[in-house]
Amino acid sequence: MIHFVLLISRQGKVRLTKWYSPYAQKERTKVVRELSGMILSRGPKLCNFVEWRGFKVVYKRYASLYFCMCVNEDDNELEILEIIHHFVEILDRYFGSVCELDLIFNFHKAYYILDEILIAGELQESSKKAVARLIAAQDSLVEAAKEQANSVSYMISQATK
Amino acid sequence: MALSGMRGLSVFISDIRNCQNKEQERLRVDKELGHIRTRFKNEKGLTPYEKKKYVWKMLYIYMLGYDVDFGHMEAVSLISAPKYPEKQVGYIVTSSLLNENHDFLRLAINTVRNDIIGRNETFQCLALTLVGNIGGREFAESLAPDVQKLLLSSSCRPLVRKKAALCLLRLFRKNPDVVNVDGWSDRMAQLLDERDIGVLTSSMSLFVALVSKDYDSYWSCLPKCVKVLERLARNQDIPQEYTYYGIPSPWLQVKTMRALQYFPTIEDPNTRRSLFEVLQRVLMGTDVVKNVNKNNASHAVLFEALALVMHLDAEKEMMSQCVALLGKFIAVREPNIRYLGLENMTRMLMVTDVQDIIKRHQAQIITSLKDPDISIRRRALDLLYGMCDVSNAKDIVEELLQYLATADFAMREELSLKAAILAEKFAPDLSWYVDVILQLIDKAGDFVSDDIWFRVVQFVTNNEDLQPYAALKAREYLDKPAIHETMVKVSAYLLGEYSHLLARRPGCSPKEIFAIIHDKLPTVSTPTIPILLSTYAKILMHSQPPDPELQNQIWAVFSKYESCIDVEIQQRAAEYFALSRKGAALVDILAEMPKFPERKSSLIKKAEDTEADTAEQSAIKLRAQQQTSNALTVTDQPTANGVPPEAQLGPVKMPSMSNEGHNTAEQVLTRSNGSATDLQASTPSPDLLGDLLSPLAIEGPPTASAESERIQVSGSAIAADALALAPVGDQTNAVQPIGNIAERFHALCLKDSGVLYEDPYVQIGIKAEWRSHQGRLVLFLGNKNTAPLVSVQALMLAPAHLKLELSEVPQIIPPRAQVQCPLEVVNLRPSRDLAVLEFSYKLGTDLVNVKLRLPAVLNKFLQPIPVSAEEFFPQWRSLSGPPLKLQEVVRGVKPMPLVEMANLLNSFRLMVCPGLDPNTNNLVASTTFYSESTRAMLCLVRIETDPADRTQLRMTVATGDPALTYELKEFVKEQLISIPPASLAPQPVPQQAPPNPPIAQSDPGAMLAALL
Repeated sequence: MIHFVLLISRQGKVRLTKWYSPYAQKERTKVVRELSGMILSRGPKLCNFVEWRGFKVVYKRYASLYFCMCVNEDDNELEILEIIHHFVEILDRYFGSVCELDLIFNFHKAYYILDEILIAGELQESSKKAVARLIAAQDSLVEAAKEQANSVSYMISQATK
Repeated sequence: MALSGMRGLSVFISDIRNCQNKEQERLRVDKELGHIRTRFKNEKGLTPYEKKKYVWKMLYIYMLGYDVDFGHMEAVSLISAPKYPEKQVGYIVTSSLLNENHDFLRLAINTVRNDIIGRNETFQCLALTLVGNIGGREFAESLAPDVQKLLLSSSCRPLVRKKAALCLLRLFRKNPDVVNVDGWSDRMAQLLDERDIGVLTSSMSLFVALVSKDYDSYWSCLPKCVKVLERLARNQDIPQEYTYYGIPSPWLQVKTMRALQYFPTIEDPNTRRSLFEVLQRVLMGTDVVKNVNKNNASHAVLFEALALVMHLDAEKEMMSQCVALLGKFIAVREPNIRYLGLENMTRMLMVTDVQDIIKRHQAQIITSLKDPDISIRRRALDLLYGMCDVSNAKDIVEELLQYLATADFAMREELSLKAAILAEKFAPDLSWYVDVILQLIDKAGDFVSDDIWFRVVQFVTNNEDLQPYAALKAREYLDKPAIHETMVKVSAYLLGEYSHLLARRPGCSPKEIFAIIHDKLPTVSTPTIPILLSTYAKILMHSQPPDPELQNQIWAVFSKYESCIDVEIQQRAAEYFALSRKGAALVDILAEMPKFPERKSSLIKKAEDTEADTAEQSAIKLRAQQQTSNALTVTDQPTANGVPPEAQLGPVKMPSMSNEGHNTAEQVLTRSNGSATDLQASTPSPDLLGDLLSPLAIEGPPTASAESERIQVSGSAIAADALALAPVGDQTNAVQPIGNIAERFHALCLKDSGVLYEDPYVQIGIKAEWRSHQGRLVLFLGNKNTAPLVSVQALMLAPAHLKLELSEVPQIIPPRAQVQCPLEVVNLRPSRDLAVLEFSYKLGTDLVNVKLRLPAVLNKFLQPIPVSAEEFFPQWRSLSGPPLKLQEVVRGVKPMPLVEMANLLNSFRLMVCPGLDPNTNNLVASTTFYSESTRAMLCLVRIETDPADRTQLRMTVATGDPALTYELKEFVKEQLISIPPASLAPQPVPQQAPPNPPIAQSDPGAMLAALL
């Protein structure tokens, strides 16, 4: 089971956190600090696993971003490593060659996408296409609502004039 | 670069990005929070768009690590917005900002439920995602049935069902007691037939959670899992979008194999064959390719397949394939694969007898100990620790010592503890052990805990041959210019005790020894000074006839510290000073330390402490079997001298021999020694410091009578110790059980799983399931040692009323492995006789043989049943008198309140039915008894107590079978006369002489049970 997902930049800035096990706010901050210290200092040719407090953190660096997932000691590390890559590929497809800035300004989109990939710390969907379809459907729902709202408000403003 | 679509949010994010430093960032955040707070206060003026924007900002701020202690309400309230865009934001922000313990979540339960049971699919998805990610107990209570319905509904689309599966998984994982999964095996089997891979993946995760708690209900799903694996392996009917770099959903493959690891075995030969075909294909057909992702995915599957093969303990051929693969992996350059190779090799050590093959890779593993990656070094260390035995201990420990000098600080403590344990466990000779520990202290003194040097002192004290050597070594270390304080402590102690053995060597006269130790005194901290003072006193004692010059020097030190502010130092200085003026009597007062009673190494205890809890559970829980064996490894617990016999540590002398001399010869003067031993014998304190230091700090002289008593006590304690210490072969009971066998038995009479027997070599666990007149027990035979357990035999001695079938017990149990032996029990007729398990194994040339009562007792065949007054009275009246209804006045009952008695009856599955008897001093209980001859038989019991005299009562038992009436009456009587653990039966002696011939020869089980 994945206990949490962290996206940290090379400078140690947090770009996304998602917690599937209950951590209080203070612990969350502490965990982020501890792990960024451990992971950011690791050299490029080392393995993608770090042992931490009886758990394992599987991480991978993509350009300036580190994607980290914390799992139980006996979980399958490579499987998790490829969940990370699966997530990255979907982000890439959605944003069209994703970069850190996309995720900074659209962090909410990253949350939507992550929610279609993981629930309860388990993989929910392994088809990139299926995820893309769902996100597209959500976007169009939001768009439709926006158009409708605009037209209604237009009408109201017209009426109250 | 795409902007967020919300201008305010984008501006805020840009502002944060433009902050030059943390302080500026904090100011900007505070400003924004203040702004949001005022806007929220006046909620009326907020448009949905603004609300959305603000909660996103809050989440962003929260993500940066700032406290956001308001606005949760606004986020939660968005969930109940009617329109999708607001609702979506409400759900996502809430589930990211809060966790299951937040009170605010409660407010949302109703809305969430309405969304789940409503008809809007997108709302259902949002609600299921929230519950799946942060749903707590209250969600489980109110939503679990609805979520189950969605998962099974045929009208729901896959996108809803896969979310429902994971949502249910979370609720079940968090609160298995709330989520009712009775009868789920059929539904699960149906779900595993699912064609949609998305739903199947989620369902498989749910399945893993279910079988991890209870595999036994899901046997019917096992062939389905194998079918899924076959489908994936053959790439049949797998849509293109579900293949990942050409591999049919590697995740589903991994999960399915994981699920299979929760089943203890696969019995059906066809299923087994199909599975092994798949596994074989994975093991053989996984090649290293250039594409990293493809490689990772295929190896994820491969490693899971390896774990499954290890679990199923496949044919030797497949196992050797696994070892060969792992051997390849630990030599590759790719760090991930090497890491996993090392990790899995360590797991493999625990499951099967492959140590010898693994040893061939020792050199390779040692290279990984020097890898630049700490993760890999950790794995290598663990593996080396696990694979160490007598044959390679010297090499491995020396490698560890070498590595210690350069190891990271993060690893040093673990490293030195491990090296110390290995040195102790596998020392080919004791002088080597002393060398190792001293080197350890020398190289990493800061990381050597006190336990480690206490242990070395204990060894040296108990082995005379070793004393001169240890003293000499200590002397050599003192010559070094700068030594660690721990080294000062241990060498001062050793030289105080044994430097006289070196007296003729150059540089080892008492004077020189004193001088070199005293040199260190200014450099040490307060706790070390008392040890040095004791050493001086000992030196003084050993230099007979006294050398006036040395005497004066030492006296000067004592008198200097007589006014020390530290009480311990002051007292010692004063007392040693006074004692050392007693002339020749000093020799007796400060005589050499007696031998320590043997006890389990506190180091090993320390190492196992962390794992002890898991061991208990995992004996019962199946999945954790690998951990069990892991925990067993460290419990290795020596009979004599803290070292398993195979380590051949040389002769250990019995403390009784040397001490008897002391005790009888100089009565008064052995006081210090005597009391010391007394203290050790009576307080099982794990820390040795007290033991080491207490005898030397003598307090006011006790009175003569107390004195002699003390000596006696210590004498007998030593005698008892001596028994426990007897070397293997000297006595019949060479191996002492751990824990009280009788207590374990009684505990198991009331519960269905636990440990039946344990000694330093073996642990026998039991897990039972009872259904009407049948029982299915599993004996878990665990070898705790690093050597295989040989000539294992388990013999069932069945009483006449039980039919017992024990599956074959292997003659040899591999090191640290556990074997499971199912035992089928059928109850033929009512009887209180007991079944006995005769278990034996060979330790060297000696046979260890124990006879254990099996908890297949009468009450296991009872099934409590509530009866109403309408059912009870006609039945009670129809069973009118003997032999179907028996009455007896029982005296000598253990007095207890009525409630307690009711609890006692309930615990034996006699269900107390309150209200049936109008007299509140009486108890009425009912139950059903199952046996082949009686079938299900209703039993009624009435107990009339006398409030004036709690030690007597009248008991009436009625059933439809005369034998049952009698047996049940006697059974209940036994329980009431005295409470089980006290003395229901005399405590069984594990190694019993063969039983005397009387009693019914025809029924050895009953005969033995009677004896026990």
